[in-house]
Amino acid sequence: MTEEIVAIEALQDNAPLKPHRSQGQEIWLQFRQHKGAMMGGGFLLFITLAVLFGSLIWQVDPGKLDIRAKNYHPIYTALWDSEAKTGWNHPLGTDQLGRDGLANMIAGGRTSLAVGWAAMLLSLFLGAMIGVLAGYFKKLDGPLMRLTDLFLSLPILPLLLVAVTLFRQPLRTAFGSPEAGMFVLIVGVIGITSWMHTARIVRGDVLALKEREFVLAARSAGTTSRGIITRHLLPNVISPIVVSATFGLATAIITESSLSFLGVGFPSDFPTWGKMLADAVPRMQEYPERVMLPGVAISLTVLAVNYLGDGLRDALDPRIRGR
Amino acid sequence: MLTYTIRRLVLSVPTLLFIALAIFMLLQLAPGDPMAQVPLTVPPEVKQKMREALGLGAPAHIQFFKWLKQFFIIEPMVFIDWLTNTSAWFSWLPNTDFYTPCGPTVEGDCDLRMLSWQTRSPVMDMVIQRLPQTLWVVGLAYVVAFMIAIPIGIYSAYKQYSVFDQAGTFITMIGFSVPPFFTGPLLIVIFSVYYGWFPSIYDTTHVVNDWDSMVVQIKQMIMPVMVLALQVTAQISRFMRASMLDNLKQDYVRTARAKGLSEMAVVLVHVLRNSMIAVVTVIALAIPGIFGGSIITERVFKVNGIGDALIGALFASDMPMVMTLTFIFAILIVLANIFADVMYGVLDPRIRYD
Amino acid sequence: MTVKTLLLGAAAAFVMAPAAMAERGSDGNVSIIYWQAPSILNPYLSGGTKDIEAASLTIEPLARYDATGALTPYIAAEIPTVANGGVSADLTSITWKIKEGLKWSDGSAVTANDAKFTAEYCMHPEGGCAQASFFEGVKSIEAVDDLTLKITFDAPKPNPYGPLVGGQSPVLQAAQFENCMGAKAPECTEANFGPIGTGPFVVDEFKPNDVVSLSANPNYRDASKPAFATFTLKGGGDATGAARAVFETGEMDYAWNLQLAPDVIAKFEEGGKGKAIAGFGPLVERLEMNLTDPSPDLDADTRSTVKAPHPFLSDARVREALSISIDRELLVEVGYGKAGKPTCDLVPSPDNYAAKNDFCMTQDMDRANALLDEAGWTDSDGDGIRDKDGVKMSILYQTSTNAVRQDFQALIKQWWEEIGVEVELRNLDASVFFGGDPGSPDTFQKFYADVEMYANTFNGTDPQQYLAAYKCGGEPKPESQWQGENINRFCDPAYDALIEELGRTGDIAKRGELAIKMNNMLTKDSHTIVGLVHRGRVSGQSNTLGGHVLNVWDSELWDAADWHRIK
Repeated sequence: MTEEIVAIEALQDNAPLKPHRSQGQEIWLQFRQHKGAMMGGGFLLFITLAVLFGSLIWQVDPGKLDIRAKNYHPIYTALWDSEAKTGWNHPLGTDQLGRDGLANMIAGGRTSLAVGWAAMLLSLFLGAMIGVLAGYFKKLDGPLMRLTDLFLSLPILPLLLVAVTLFRQPLRTAFGSPEAGMFVLIVGVIGITSWMHTARIVRGDVLALKEREFVLAARSAGTTSRGIITRHLLPNVISPIVVSATFGLATAIITESSLSFLGVGFPSDFPTWGKMLADAVPRMQEYPERVMLPGVAISLTVLAVNYLGDGLRDALDPRIRGR
Repeated sequence: MLTYTIRRLVLSVPTLLFIALAIFMLLQLAPGDPMAQVPLTVPPEVKQKMREALGLGAPAHIQFFKWLKQFFIIEPMVFIDWLTNTSAWFSWLPNTDFYTPCGPTVEGDCDLRMLSWQTRSPVMDMVIQRLPQTLWVVGLAYVVAFMIAIPIGIYSAYKQYSVFDQAGTFITMIGFSVPPFFTGPLLIVIFSVYYGWFPSIYDTTHVVNDWDSMVVQIKQMIMPVMVLALQVTAQISRFMRASMLDNLKQDYVRTARAKGLSEMAVVLVHVLRNSMIAVVTVIALAIPGIFGGSIITERVFKVNGIGDALIGALFASDMPMVMTLTFIFAILIVLANIFADVMYGVLDPRIRYD
Repeated sequence: MTVKTLLLGAAAAFVMAPAAMAERGSDGNVSIIYWQAPSILNPYLSGGTKDIEAASLTIEPLARYDATGALTPYIAAEIPTVANGGVSADLTSITWKIKEGLKWSDGSAVTANDAKFTAEYCMHPEGGCAQASFFEGVKSIEAVDDLTLKITFDAPKPNPYGPLVGGQSPVLQAAQFENCMGAKAPECTEANFGPIGTGPFVVDEFKPNDVVSLSANPNYRDASKPAFATFTLKGGGDATGAARAVFETGEMDYAWNLQLAPDVIAKFEEGGKGKAIAGFGPLVERLEMNLTDPSPDLDADTRSTVKAPHPFLSDARVREALSISIDRELLVEVGYGKAGKPTCDLVPSPDNYAAKNDFCMTQDMDRANALLDEAGWTDSDGDGIRDKDGVKMSILYQTSTNAVRQDFQALIKQWWEEIGVEVELRNLDASVFFGGDPGSPDTFQKFYADVEMYANTFNGTDPQQYLAAYKCGGEPKPESQWQGENINRFCDPAYDALIEELGRTGDIAKRGELAIKMNNMLTKDSHTIVGLVHRGRVSGQSNTLGGHVLNVWDSELWDAADWHRIK
């Protein structure tokens, strides 16, 4: 009796099976559908590359004073105002000391983005770690969540101001250069004061996940706690982490610029987008481009990050994916 | 519910004490010198004398306990005396006399109030003086922001991915990403300089007693309120949209529609009410943030509220002032957290604290 | 014509009449803005300019400096001099006469006792008085009679106009402050927030760090003044907003000390509602050359002390080269505009004491290079930096954090690098740099750098004390907890002899000669102090505000009694 068993018609595979796609491909397919996310991601990639490698193409020192060519307007002003002081040697104009606008945009963007990314990654790392530990280990749950509540009760902005005003000098001495000290201080303070929401969300998810069968299975197979966390739990909480990341980056860039406006940010000869914007505000009637350029750069970056976050959330959530 | 609230309040005391200690230690470690603002022409010996007069140099723990006593015992005594003696609402109570001021004529025991190093006057007087400005401007900004944000949030969620939703997202994002120190001067240039409609400087001595002075008050508040509201609108409308989206997918919405209710009733009665539960707690949690967030707006429009006081005190290394203001912020946050949790329980019958 | 209109007309005429007769209070309200808000109205408890100036509306000294720097009697009837017998011939005592019939704003009479009390108030050892330096050297102070005050010094004082002269040390009312002596001084909040004075205005309400509301003093000595009935001094915000409120929107009548870039002020002035006014005191932005070795390799007791002379800055030729390679005109244009003039001096004004040197006015790179070559500093190893005996000419150049100062640093660094000097820039937070903490390595007194830049000035119009700072042994050193005013560690016996002589000389012309000689020893001859910019003060004045002359020698609000509305 070697008669082949034939499935009833409804169960037969008439069409060829869809080729198997890896998880990465699935995510990418879903992500591609989100036009805003694609554009946001593209812009973010562009701006990151531009600030990283722009100085290789436009090799002007952002700090160099070209006093004879001060107060140049950007080159495009010549389109409607042929009288305007413009020059191809300074395509985005110069400031009141003749510092090149384009070079400053590149250098400033590098700092602003670095502050944003670093602060965001730090807060994500802290939030994810504390959330996972609190959710997974029962003994740590109580103390860690009390700690989270305590941090939630701290007045963040006043404390940030206090810390930045009071500790700029010691840190500057400790790190050798004022920029490095300030960078560590701003990134550190923003990171340390913004991980709590991530931690709460992650803890909640981990609490639910660890009771699921696949974790039980992994444990019965002798997987260590460390293995369960890294291989089974973390991949499953990536979606809430990514979402809380997007606002973090924007907030960090804006916080840095607010500090510059209040005069407690990076040293005055060190450009960042926020500082360029703050410095240009008194001259915004005469030189509107000096506020517009950094302002638009900040807005577009924040916008791009947010759209990217939207798209990533949709792509990473398996319940939405494929619909 | 009451026992829960009381338990939370009692538990918040150690938290607050810990925060006070943390802030105090932070300030102790700081290298600022309150004499740095004094001109170079004042000789160093004189500066040293002035430093001693401020009580600098006492051991840290003594300074801390002195501060605790001043904040938790002496200041409330002053406040109770004020309530029973001069305030409009409670002056019918028998006059109390807890506080013995250290005036020039008093000999013997007296209660030394917390003095600011900049003004040599009680810190709390200044806080009380400045709080109304901040509350008015910031409070109104929130009201305006809610009135704009909630309809936008509802409609964006209802028509998800429509042109309105996309545009709303774009505009609120721009609002979120443009810092107030840019929008503030921009509004001043447009409305104060070019049109001359609104004053660029907030007059804190202005008294509202009739319709005309009310108009002046509205005029001077309109720009700071709008600048602050722009920031808040962006956040709240995003949150409202997300909360509405969650609820629109729920089964009870399908049931309501199946009953034959109008779309209007489904969205504005059923979904909105459930979405508001989450949003109300966000409002409560955001209250302390509004004080901090108004720092820059206060500076741009010279509103001189408590945010501005904090900045000024920081730059002048006025430690008692910084310490007290930061701690007041902390109290506000802790209370708001408790309030949010309690509200959550009140609004949502599924949640019961026991 | 009804009865009602007639009555109204009569009533109007009745109201107008007193205004036509007396001018006081006829011009309504005047509003001014100080972007640094006053925090207390008692100048003895605060060194801040903003506080001293706000207080000057209500309390007055015996005499003030006017816009030309000359003394004008205020509470006093006349200025005592040796000629009129008010100052004793041996210069050890001064006798002031108080104007007769002068009243405090509460109506009581001003007596010599009030002045005596004020001096005792500030000289109290526990009071922490910010103006104690004005009372230095006072041996005794006595009220000879109700209107005569005699101050005796413990040594001859060629310039006896220190105590109770100028905006920083006004006369307080003894009755108001009598219980506020010593340690109790800060507790008298009410008195500190509303001192009773003889000035043109009286404090109605004071909100610290926010606003001072004042009204005309009913007992002011000139019955027709002040022209304004009320005076509002608003504080807070930033210089940009203050400038905008005067020049562009016209909301404010006066804005104090507009520390803004010159092009920004010029642009605001186009608003047409006001004008910028500038005045020049003795404030000089300068480079201080360290004559001692700040090398971190030295131990703490030797570093930046006279025990270790500087490897190259101790050579006057090097210092001169550094000085003349700077284009001061450009610095002024970039940083101060109307509010600055190039200078080579330490004492740029008043005229009597100003040397008016011009040796540094033109940038001369060739001569700078020649001087360095002559001093033996050449680029022997071809790395673009001059060296000698294995020592590189490398300069650490520090200043406080401030946008204009960092611009200056960047420019000067470029020029010095052109003449082959390596420059490292450093800027320090002002609260630390000027903080004077002996434990911090970053104070300007410690001078752990080769060159530093800041601005300094002197009180009043007499530079004696200012010049005396550069005497041998007056330098900050470990033994003195790094306190001291001889920042450069300058020492020249000839200079010390001149200080002596100045302390003995009473004649103004002769004092001027001596001061100019001393100024030249520090600048023209030795280039120890390299003057950069003579800084003035720029304030904004509305076109409708009249009667004001900018005064840099005293409070800017010194003539508030004369202010009036231009119609």
